[in-house]
Amino acid sequence: QTYLFQYTFAVTPAHIKRLYKRFQALDKGNKGYLSPQDFGSVKELATNPIGDRIIGAFFSQGQETVDFHSFVRILAHFRPLDKNRAKRPDSPEPINSRISKLRFAFQLYDQDNDGKISRDELLQVLRTMLEMQVTEEQLESIADRTIQEADLDGDNAISFDEFRKSLEKVNIEHKMSSRFLH
Amino acid sequence: MGSKMESSLLWLLLFLCIFSTPTDGKPMTILGQPPPANISGTNLTELSIVSLHWDHVTQPYIVALWIFVTGLAKLVFELNHKLTATIPESALLIFIGFVLGGMIWGADKAQTFTLTPVTFFYYLLPQIILDAGYFMPNKLFFGNMGAILTYAILGTVWNAVTVGLSLWGVYLGGIMGDLKINLLEFMLFGSLLSAVDPVAVLAVFEEVHVNEVLFILVFGESLLNDGVTVVLYNVCDAFVTLGADRINAVEIIKGIVSFLVVAFGGALVGVVFAVLLSLLTRCTKNIQIIEPGFIFIVSYLSYLTAEMLSLSSILAITFCGVCCQKYVNANMAESSVTTVRYAMKVFANGSETIIFVFLGISAIDPEIWVWNTAFILLTLVFVLVYRIIGVFALTWILNRFRLIPLEIIDQVVLSYGGLRGAVAYALAFMLDGNKVREKNLMISTTLIVVYFTVVLQGVTMKPLVTWLKVKRTSKTEVSLIEKLQNRAFDHILIAIEDISGQIGHNYMREKWNKFEEKWLRPILMKSSARKKQDQLFNVFHQLNLKDAMSYVTEGERCGSLAFVRSENNVNLDFKKKLASDISDIMPDINSDSSDTGPYTIPMTCIMQDNVPTVCLDVEEDMRGKSMRDTENINTHHVLQMHLYKARKQHRHRYSRKEMGLNKDENEVQEIFQRTMRNRLESFKSTKMGVTQSKKIKPAKKDQIPNGKHKTHSFEDADFSDDNVFSSDFAGGVASGGGGPTRLSIRSGGGIENPAFMPDVDHASPLHTPPWSAVVDDGVAPSQRAQVQLPWSPSNASRLTPLRISTRSNDSFILADRPTAQGEQPPPSQPKSTPK
Repeated sequence: QTYLFQYTFAVTPAHIKRLYKRFQALDKGNKGYLSPQDFGSVKELATNPIGDRIIGAFFSQGQETVDFHSFVRILAHFRPLDKNRAKRPDSPEPINSRISKLRFAFQLYDQDNDGKISRDELLQVLRTMLEMQVTEEQLESIADRTIQEADLDGDNAISFDEFRKSLEKVNIEHKMSSRFLH
Repeated sequence: MGSKMESSLLWLLLFLCIFSTPTDGKPMTILGQPPPANISGTNLTELSIVSLHWDHVTQPYIVALWIFVTGLAKLVFELNHKLTATIPESALLIFIGFVLGGMIWGADKAQTFTLTPVTFFYYLLPQIILDAGYFMPNKLFFGNMGAILTYAILGTVWNAVTVGLSLWGVYLGGIMGDLKINLLEFMLFGSLLSAVDPVAVLAVFEEVHVNEVLFILVFGESLLNDGVTVVLYNVCDAFVTLGADRINAVEIIKGIVSFLVVAFGGALVGVVFAVLLSLLTRCTKNIQIIEPGFIFIVSYLSYLTAEMLSLSSILAITFCGVCCQKYVNANMAESSVTTVRYAMKVFANGSETIIFVFLGISAIDPEIWVWNTAFILLTLVFVLVYRIIGVFALTWILNRFRLIPLEIIDQVVLSYGGLRGAVAYALAFMLDGNKVREKNLMISTTLIVVYFTVVLQGVTMKPLVTWLKVKRTSKTEVSLIEKLQNRAFDHILIAIEDISGQIGHNYMREKWNKFEEKWLRPILMKSSARKKQDQLFNVFHQLNLKDAMSYVTEGERCGSLAFVRSENNVNLDFKKKLASDISDIMPDINSDSSDTGPYTIPMTCIMQDNVPTVCLDVEEDMRGKSMRDTENINTHHVLQMHLYKARKQHRHRYSRKEMGLNKDENEVQEIFQRTMRNRLESFKSTKMGVTQSKKIKPAKKDQIPNGKHKTHSFEDADFSDDNVFSSDFAGGVASGGGGPTRLSIRSGGGIENPAFMPDVDHASPLHTPPWSAVVDDGVAPSQRAQVQLPWSPSNASRLTPLRISTRSNDSFILADRPTAQGEQPPPSQPKSTPK
């Protein structure tokens, strides 16, 4: 099964072993899958403003469990991109490419999966990421401004393309690569 | 204008103090021998009503006067904030020392006051080290112990050996001229210069805020390398005495063994005394008033005991502080804990001030100055260069084993942060002038090195770091979404790293925690304290106290309680709320229902101090000039100021100067609270897009705690409110679907959050996270009510007390808790005031 991982996710066998150990450590009760409570036991996530969203990202739509495959799949997003990889035109986009990473981030915002970050969704995220002192109208003005800056087609929402364009200058590969998965 | 007057007044005072101190012109150490009292020798011819008995009080007077003067010195330059921002305090104190030394020398033609090793090692250093140990973030410390030990042991030995050998090599080359130093003495010199000094390091790193890992590495190294330095110094000293011919393999082996013995012995002594201290505090319930004294005395005893047994005293007192902090804080009464903390800071800060001033004064003594350009210059160069090489080499090795590698910039800071300080000077001073003929040269060189590192490196550290960081971040204008997203990336990355976390490390920690909980805690901690180890409860209790106090001080500072507003006439009666603990401190406050509009509420006076600190993770600069409208600037500004920091960017929690929670801890509490609350809204419904938060407006507004909470009559209102919400909630969650999730109530439970208390290590593993809420009719998960908590303007909803109803299934609340409900009236009627 490891070769499947390797091929799809560009993780090495050593990674897989380590991640499996971690999976087992998280999986209290040895169920073979992870439930939200298992993620909850990672204390540091509670002090992460978007921790719960990220936990949510592990669970695909409608699912209540995360099996090892999905676990690795999500974490594989954060592999550093191998720049020397030969680009084959017909191969699927690797999971740790810039686009995939961006898509992962986009989906954190876009909770209802309609392909757009609406003003409300943006507001929600802002609320979690900003300190409590910030008033509601400050939040709203930030949200409005943000959408204004990024929205190109005037639908008052940020589509994935607009999202991608606005983050052109950001070094996504660096910012979304975990040193653990080096 | 006012401050100018103040400063000139203080300078005047300083001068007066110095010049009015009569001295006999004899060189006198600070604790030297006073001139003998000669009352008996006088011939009394008549009765004098008042007479001057200077000789009676000489010694204590001078001591007290010096402490006073150094305190004044600190006061003087703290008046100017720009000064203290660029130049670290330690450097400024040294300068003042120069000035004072000059004055004294001018008056007495001899340096009557110097920093003697005895004073330094026995009276000035222990409290600084104790302060460091007592407030040490244990988890960080032990978590990075491998790296710390590597730097401390290998790094120090490397420093000592290379500096000694290189100097000797150069000496053989001849450019140093004719010095009477042999190889052994060079090694001795190298060893005394090798120690990175904790005092100096702390003093400088306070100004430059680095991330916690980096800080603990430098700090831990500076503390632990004392073991190595002491051994090296003693061994070399003994060798020098023995003479080169008597050294053979046996002696060298003995040297190595002695290192182990000294280091571990010292640590062991510290641990033993820590145990003693913890046991002591278990029994001091009836003498709470002098409880704090025990901490200081016992720690000092550990220091002296280790010194007596020729073990490493610094290690002893460090480990005493490190090991006892948890138990002592749990066992003692809260007032005692506070007393200890403040007293320790006072002593440590005072000592540090005195040390630096005297370091400056000691320089103004022509007798000790021997100038040998080559020697001094080369020493400087070698010290710096070998530090850099050592750090980079060791880091390269370490990075192969560490899961989080240390980056280049960390290494630069590490090597640049290898400051030498008073310890080196004191060791140099202790050299035996008969054996080491060039003692004065060594002292001079040591002083130069100390000044160089403390002053120059201290001053340039911050600019260097900002330059390095700024160079790496792009200088282009950043849009709002970029800013937001950058921060989001940080959070995401940290979360992912936490999820995919380190296994081996945690395993060990888990085992230790289990062991500690099972065996150590019953012995060392009072049983009542053990019960109170419910992390969350403790924290909320503390936070409530602090919150309420800061709330009040904010209000008082603003001159009125205009920011307090409510729909009904609220009677804020803090006195009743915080019954026993702070009732005497806090005045009675009655809110005036001055109905200021929502926008005119002076948020600024309530907002926390938003002075951005220069930290390593420098934010992208706000390019104000290219912004056209002010509103844009404001938005950027708000975003900039208020985004939660990612964990890496948090400042280290240890600070010599500051007490209590810093802003970062506040942030963490906020986030934690919010997260817990949101989790209770059922994880599944959030995922499915049915955001409970829509129904519940997390009131970001400036609300006040409803007065009803504070009075004792809350209890009736309480239950009815819960009922009101419970049906709502039940409906909401039911729509979220999903199977029944259990909420378990455990005694001693609570969510382990290491970020909360300054490092109260909490071991209880989580059984089921309490946030998987249960829905039972009639019993409202009271956390839900917390959602609509009134949020105090200053610090969010930290007025959230834990207990809302005994009927609640909330896991934060222990159903079996016997303590009275009156302690912490919960919010019963949350008001979400329309904005």
